[in-house]
Amino acid sequence: MSVLQVDVWRGGESGSFQRFEVPRLESQTVLDVVTHIQRVLDPTLSYRFACRVGMCGSCAMTVNGRARWTCRTHVAEVVAGGALEIAPLRNLPVIKDLVTDMREFFDKWAAARGQFRPSASRKDDFARVEPDSPRRQLVDAGIECIGCGVCYAACDVVSWNPEYLGPAALNRAWTLVNDVRDGARDERLAAVAGDAGCHACHTHMSCTERCPKKISPTAAIAGLKRATLGAALKGKA
Amino acid sequence: MRNDWRARSHAGWWAFLVHRVSGILLTLFLPLHFLALGLALEGEAALDAALRWTEQPLVKAAEVVLVVLLAAHAAGGIRLLMLEFLPWREWHKTLLAVAGGVTLAVGVGFLLNLV
Ligand code: SF4
Ligand code: SF4
Ligand code: FES
Repeated sequence: MSVLQVDVWRGGESGSFQRFEVPRLESQTVLDVVTHIQRVLDPTLSYRFACRVGMCGSCAMTVNGRARWTCRTHVAEVVAGGALEIAPLRNLPVIKDLVTDMREFFDKWAAARGQFRPSASRKDDFARVEPDSPRRQLVDAGIECIGCGVCYAACDVVSWNPEYLGPAALNRAWTLVNDVRDGARDERLAAVAGDAGCHACHTHMSCTERCPKKISPTAAIAGLKRATLGAALKGKA
Repeated sequence: MRNDWRARSHAGWWAFLVHRVSGILLTLFLPLHFLALGLALEGEAALDAALRWTEQPLVKAAEVVLVVLLAAHAAGGIRLLMLEFLPWREWHKTLLAVAGGVTLAVGVGFLLNLV
């Protein structure tokens, strides 16, 4: 049986990598590796996961330098010379080992007006949204986000400007801008038009490159750039 | 903690880097350009002397670099505008390849014209 050499980040913002030897198994995921370390080798290792099937968005880490969801990343895809390097997500404060503080990440969803505001009341009839209408299609392109933070960790603009709302929050805002039932379009566009909003994006496309759900936050941000420009021309934002 | 080059090595990031570096170098060149043009105000002789200076091989080589930088920056800028302001589609790598091709063609064309 072959053995993986796994370097795992230990500590908080400052710390160091600790080497573990983990048996290589068939169809093994990176999350399996971390779980083996915690259950068999060192119970003090901290990490997060819940669903193990790519739905909850809690297991993202930096694997060999790139942000990934670990429960659906097979070791075979990422292993380099029998070795793995596993670190917490970038651009977020490290609490301990592989666990980051996701607070800023989700606070920015709220700042980007990520909440749905209904334009109808319960007395109104159901809204009818044609599945193949253009706006519904735009919503579909971004709605499957699981909030894993991979895009946010991959984005260098977040590193350079800590105020930047980031790809996930802007992607969320764009799905709502295209929701025909929503009644907060103007406020939302105003919320994402500032210095820390969509216009700060340099179109590196790191977010799009790394999103495990194959979402393109860059596409959403480009949409917001056009929409906020349109609103500004109409004197709204 | 921040990302390192392992996270950045993909086409979109390289395109950004080329655009940024060419932009900075062109900005640095611009004052020199205006200085040379300004010489025309001081009479023919001064401008002629400056233009004769640019006939030197090393300066000629620098000119090719300059043209390539300009082509890369312009093609990259048009690429960005098309990507962001036309309805989104999955063509960013195609656009990049075209921008790269245009840059190369302009550079080679300029070089052939020189010799
Ligand atoms: S495209 Fe924009 S949001 Fe996405 S990684 Fe690049 S700078 Fe960040
Ligand atoms: S857009 Fe993709 S990478 Fe970003 S949080 Fe959502 S699922 Fe994760
Ligand atoms: S554990 Fe839920 S997405 Fe990986």
